Amino acid sequence: MEKLINEFSIGMFFWQTLLFLVLLFLLRKFAWKPILKAVNSREENIQDALDMAVKTKAEMKKLQTQNENLVKEARVERDQMIKEAKETGNKLVEDSKKKAKEEADKIIENARASINSEKNAAIAELKGQVASVALEIAEKMLREELSSSDKQKTLASKLAEDISLN
Amino acid sequence: MILKFILNTFILTMLTFSLSAEETGSHEHSEGEKGLTKEEIDEGIDHHLQDAHSFHLMTNEETGAHYGFPLPVILWDDGLHMFMSSAFHHGEDLVKSGDKTFMLFHNKIYSINESEPIFISKKRDTTIINKEGKEEEITVTDTIHSYSYSEFEQNFISHEGHLPEEAFIANAKPIDFSITKNVFLIIVIGLILFLMFFFAARSYKKHGYLPSGLGRFLEPIILFVRDNIAKPNIGEKHYKRYMGFLLTVFFFIWIVNLFGLTPIGVNITNNIAVTSALAVMVYLITTFTAKKNYWLHIFWMPGVPVPMKFILAPIELLGTIIKPFSLLIRLYANITAGHIVIMSILAMMMFLSSWIGSSLSFFLAIVLGILELLVAALQAYIFTMLSALYFGSAVDEGDHH
Repeated sequence: MEKLINEFSIGMFFWQTLLFLVLLFLLRKFAWKPILKAVNSREENIQDALDMAVKTKAEMKKLQTQNENLVKEARVERDQMIKEAKETGNKLVEDSKKKAKEEADKIIENARASINSEKNAAIAELKGQVASVALEIAEKMLREELSSSDKQKTLASKLAEDISLN
Repeated sequence: MILKFILNTFILTMLTFSLSAEETGSHEHSEGEKGLTKEEIDEGIDHHLQDAHSFHLMTNEETGAHYGFPLPVILWDDGLHMFMSSAFHHGEDLVKSGDKTFMLFHNKIYSINESEPIFISKKRDTTIINKEGKEEEITVTDTIHSYSYSEFEQNFISHEGHLPEEAFIANAKPIDFSITKNVFLIIVIGLILFLMFFFAARSYKKHGYLPSGLGRFLEPIILFVRDNIAKPNIGEKHYKRYMGFLLTVFFFIWIVNLFGLTPIGVNITNNIAVTSALAVMVYLITTFTAKKNYWLHIFWMPGVPVPMKFILAPIELLGTIIKPFSLLIRLYANITAGHIVIMSILAMMMFLSSWIGSSLSFFLAIVLGILELLVAALQAYIFTMLSALYFGSAVDEGDHH
């Protein structure tokens, strides 16, 4: 112990304290602060990135389930739509068929009516024409028969005969 | 192949070492009186561990030339005295500065007067009965001898004599603020540390958040101090305040210890003043950053009966001083012991001066050297760890009891 006390040098103590404090001050300012700051911000960055990754993953999962649901819903809706469309289609076809038939019936009816009327008209016309042709023939024949006085006399006699017969 | 080469080199080195050891051994034995005695080795080890006023690398025994460089001496003895240590001529000359005369003897500077004698004294503890009839322990100083300076020089300086055991020079010692070898090395190491970490810190700026080069090597160690020392002992909330001190003290002790293992052989942490300075800082930081809870646990320990509180208070108060004190002793003793053991083994190599013994002690010295390398880092770790623990107790808010 005495040797230790003897060895103790106030000067050395003084210098050690002073130099160490200077070193502490300088290192703190120019080394520890920037180094620890850089390390801290780097670690924070890494932590942030990791957190972000976890968050993104969760979000992804959420999105995925959402997508799946959406797909499911879409599928149901599609089926519904197809079904509806089919029904509508069928109905439309049915309707059209019905309508077409009605129309066709109507057209046929009309046609029939017009044919009838045409026929009637044609018959009437034909009747008229036949009458006029018969008249003409009769006229021509009359003219022929009445072209000479003999014939007229014969005719007159014949007619008179007929009449007298009556 | 490479392994064989290394092994061969190693054996060859061992051989050379042991041979040269044998040679010097026999050489010295033939000269008779000049052989290394136990005292000389002790003295050598002691000298090696001590601080010095000049940066002394080696001495050429034959020519007596010293290699190294002088350092400034700054003394306070009724006024400031400054001169270069080269003025002492390694203790052979006295230095006159102002009206004072200084003598350098075994790395210590004494203020003497050439006309007055130099006292060599011996200390012993005695118990006497004082006036009040009570026993009192006093330190009696016996003057063994008083020499005139010329006699002293003749006996102790010129012939490199040693003072008798436990004796010391009783003359006044000026307060020594010299830039000694240790102070010089603290400055050098401080510079190295500063540059090292300054460039490491700058490398972060260049590459965003990533270090490069030296920073890449240093960052894991910094993170180790933060995550394994500071955070678990101080806690997430307060650790940032102490990081500067913890990191500085960790790297300072580590690098200083490593320097102590180099052949320059400067041992800073085995200087009690250095470890004391560090411990005092730990004590002051603990005391001045302490929260209410810390003082409560010292003066009014919760959860114990009231009479016990009165007994515990002084014990706890003493504990606050003992804690940092243990820090300074631990660091000092570990490093000093390591150096003494290594140097003793190296000295054994000289002593044994036989083929087997020398190579064995050489091998042992290498193993111990490796161990010391570990101790260098370990002591830095322990010092930092315990400091963090004390800081942790200071800011502990008692929420995890």
